[in-house]
Amino acid sequence: MNKQEANRKIVLQTEDLTMQFGGVVAVDHLTASVYEGEIVALIGPNGAGKTTAFNVITGVYTPTNGRVRLFGDVIAENKPRGKMKELYKGEDADAYSNRIVLKPHQITKLRVARTFQNIRLFKALSVFENVLIAHHTNLKAGVLRAAFHLNGHEEKMMAERSMELLRIVGLDHLADEISNNLPYGMQRRLEIARALATEPKLLLLDEPAAGMNPQETLDLMDFIGEIKDQFKLTIFMIEHHMNLVMGISDRIYVIDFGKQIAVGTPAEIQNNEAVINAYLGVAE
Amino acid sequence: MKKDFSKATRLILSLMAMVGIFFLLFWLEGQKSQYGMLISVMQKGVILSIAAVSMNLLTGFTGLFSLGQAGFMAIGAYVTGILTIPVDRVDSVYYVNGMSEGLKSFKETLAVLPSPVLVALALIAGGLVAAIFAGLVGIPVLRLKSDYLAIATLGFAEIIRAVIASPQLDKITNGSYGIKAIPGFDLGNGRGMLLIPFGVAFLCIGLIVLLIKSSYGRAFKAIREDDIAAEAMGIGLFKHKQLSFIISSFFTAISGGLLAMFMRSIESRAFQIILTYDILLIVVIGGIGSITGSVVGAFLVTFAKEWWLRFFDTPLTINGVQIPLLRQGFRMVVFSVLLMAIVLFYRKGLLGNTEFSWYGFLTWPSRFFKRKKPVSATPGEGGAGDE
Amino acid sequence: MTFTTFIQHCLTGISLGGAYALIAIGYTMVYGILLLINFAHADIFMMAGYFMIFAMSSLPWFISIPVVIIVTIALGLAVEGAAYRPLRMAPRMSIMISAIGMSYLLQNLAIYLFSALPRAYPTIEPLKQNFKIGEVSASLVTFLTPVLTIVLVVLLMQLIKRTKIGMAMRAVSRDYDTSKLMGIKINRVIRFTFIIGSALAAIGSILYFTDRMSVTPFSGLMPGLKCFVAAVLGGIGSIPGAVIGGFFIGISETFLIAFGYSTFSDAFTFLLLIVILVIRPTGLLGETITEKV
Repeated sequence: MNKQEANRKIVLQTEDLTMQFGGVVAVDHLTASVYEGEIVALIGPNGAGKTTAFNVITGVYTPTNGRVRLFGDVIAENKPRGKMKELYKGEDADAYSNRIVLKPHQITKLRVARTFQNIRLFKALSVFENVLIAHHTNLKAGVLRAAFHLNGHEEKMMAERSMELLRIVGLDHLADEISNNLPYGMQRRLEIARALATEPKLLLLDEPAAGMNPQETLDLMDFIGEIKDQFKLTIFMIEHHMNLVMGISDRIYVIDFGKQIAVGTPAEIQNNEAVINAYLGVAE
Repeated sequence: MKKDFSKATRLILSLMAMVGIFFLLFWLEGQKSQYGMLISVMQKGVILSIAAVSMNLLTGFTGLFSLGQAGFMAIGAYVTGILTIPVDRVDSVYYVNGMSEGLKSFKETLAVLPSPVLVALALIAGGLVAAIFAGLVGIPVLRLKSDYLAIATLGFAEIIRAVIASPQLDKITNGSYGIKAIPGFDLGNGRGMLLIPFGVAFLCIGLIVLLIKSSYGRAFKAIREDDIAAEAMGIGLFKHKQLSFIISSFFTAISGGLLAMFMRSIESRAFQIILTYDILLIVVIGGIGSITGSVVGAFLVTFAKEWWLRFFDTPLTINGVQIPLLRQGFRMVVFSVLLMAIVLFYRKGLLGNTEFSWYGFLTWPSRFFKRKKPVSATPGEGGAGDE
Repeated sequence: MTFTTFIQHCLTGISLGGAYALIAIGYTMVYGILLLINFAHADIFMMAGYFMIFAMSSLPWFISIPVVIIVTIALGLAVEGAAYRPLRMAPRMSIMISAIGMSYLLQNLAIYLFSALPRAYPTIEPLKQNFKIGEVSASLVTFLTPVLTIVLVVLLMQLIKRTKIGMAMRAVSRDYDTSKLMGIKINRVIRFTFIIGSALAAIGSILYFTDRMSVTPFSGLMPGLKCFVAAVLGGIGSIPGAVIGGFFIGISETFLIAFGYSTFSDAFTFLLLIVILVIRPTGLLGETITEKV
């Protein structure tokens, strides 16, 4: 970690984050920080626990042990409890005494948005509706006001912003298309647009380039850079395409079997012994 | 963009249709001796259409498969019934145990209100009681997934029914004796037998449509499509499911209240699981996820069941030959076979998840003859067949 | 309540619970494999009651019983083939609606064929023999039901543990898609499940109706729902669980009625269901499964 970074604001910080399912440790004492304005990648072989880490950060799972901070505030904290007390494989079973569990939608309201590895669009709804729905989280009108359509101005603003987002991701001409009918790459873009509609500061991308060809991947790389600048985002992403990861990330965390095995700039990671072993050591 | 008429054209067409329907209803009311059957079937159809649309709000738009309709209708029916029985009839209805003094004096206070106001208040009160109940019930059951939710809500409906019929509530619900002498639809001049239920239904369904078109309605649809993604987009699952459940129960109870006024006398046995199944059937036939479908389905099912298919139930002899199969109960068999056929072979129901539009309606004949079969996407509630 | 009446109620409760347990097994097995509440199961049970009436009108009881079991199995298979098999790939809600539709159809069919009025259930003489132990008196069926239930369940457990088809059933209920890929003939396993479920429902119906003496087209509805609750209470998918649940509900229902709360006996079952689902959704013997995101 260089000096420059030390002065920057930490957006996301995980401390000893551990997720254990029964006897299987999916994420093992992950301690990572993401600074404001950074693009950080989380890489590792298949089954290393990357998506699980994302799921814990976004509140889908409650961590077994450890803490997650967002802009300094704790959004998740737990220690092994109940049955887990005996099953827990770590040593620090009492280091984090509080139990703080936020629901996914509460974390989204704290300006964290995500995409999913196995695209989860609202399939039967139109492209436009997919983005429009994501504005709901910031809706000011109560249910009665909204039901009687007394928030016309707000509705109009949401619709305009949704179209604007679609224009940015280049899907405005397909606004009325059913989202499930879009080609794969466009569905990924739509998912990003939908996430942006919640007005996030931190964007978590789970394998945004999965299933894309090299050209599409290159386009995506530019696209991520653009939206990062335009929306003043901090980006934390899981990715397998090494060209994308190396070309765009400021820093990279590498995990294997849930454990962090390396962290550093792309150049540092490329020459890291442990990383090379982890990747090449995995016999397919 | 989808093809459609301009907003002004649509508005004019809708207004014309509404005026037309109003006069049709008004005229029919005047001919009640001649069209008694038609009027009664229309009343029942429109009442069930509210319940069906409310169920569709839950099942079709929020993706919650709840089977508690009969219970909430029972609440609405009893509250409306109790509040609207004329005070001077109370003693003859509650002839076994009498009505509790508090409730009776409350009714005497209300008696100063003109009867349409009292009826409106009673319906709303029924809706509110059901809504409060739904709010409480929702806390435990809305956390459950699909079929568990179905069976738990079904169970709650049964509990409601048991409570209503219990001897402990004799002085309020008249226990197992039921409530009689509930005033029917009457605006005071012998009119209103159609205008009242249609008017209430128009209001209720209109409100539900507005809700569905609002941001909250979109949030409901998001939950239906993918609850995990919806939650990740900041939509609180519990809050929104609860909201949908409460609103749906409110309108279901209003439908129950109207049903009480239609039947004039009710007992808890009228609100068994079968009633819920009847409403589910309407929703399925009309198309899960289509409000228009539920309304059309409600009329179609009621007309068919109560009228058109009646002949199935009466033995028929032509030229001295007894037509086989026709006797008591055959109608419902035919009906259930039809339902199964729809469930198995035409899963989208009549309208799938499409809604009525003037453009679609007026151009339908021409499209019917030249349309090619579109390649259908995944059928069922995920279906995306918007025309 | 004297000790004698207490014992008397216990016996009644255990006997009722045994019949419930047999029906609950049908629910739990189908749910374990198809993740479907087989709403029609209750009506298959009711139909079995009518089959017995007709069989006994011309046949002696010891022939009637196997005939009824076979006809009930045929009905169960017909329901599976007509209402569930075409919808294997359909969304869950459609299958559930199909199940409800099937239940509706069977009920209406029963009304049409046998009228809505109660029909007297035939007396199977040997089952009705009265026994007297001290002050407590009960018919043979009261003693036979729990014993028969336990014997059948032990046999069933052995079948599932030791035979090839039993292993296939366990595999399918653990992971439907993978077992399909592994070459297990899913439809055969499902058919087999329905055969067992329907056979047990037929036996359960004989035991249940012998005590109640009449059948109506709606006789299946409430017992059916109660047995599903029994299955959930024990942990859906678990056969011993269903048996424990069945006995528990049978006994508690009997005592509620004995204490004069018969209006609430149905409501109690559902209250129990909701309490379990909230406190321990996996039931007494069920396993937890986490959904993958």
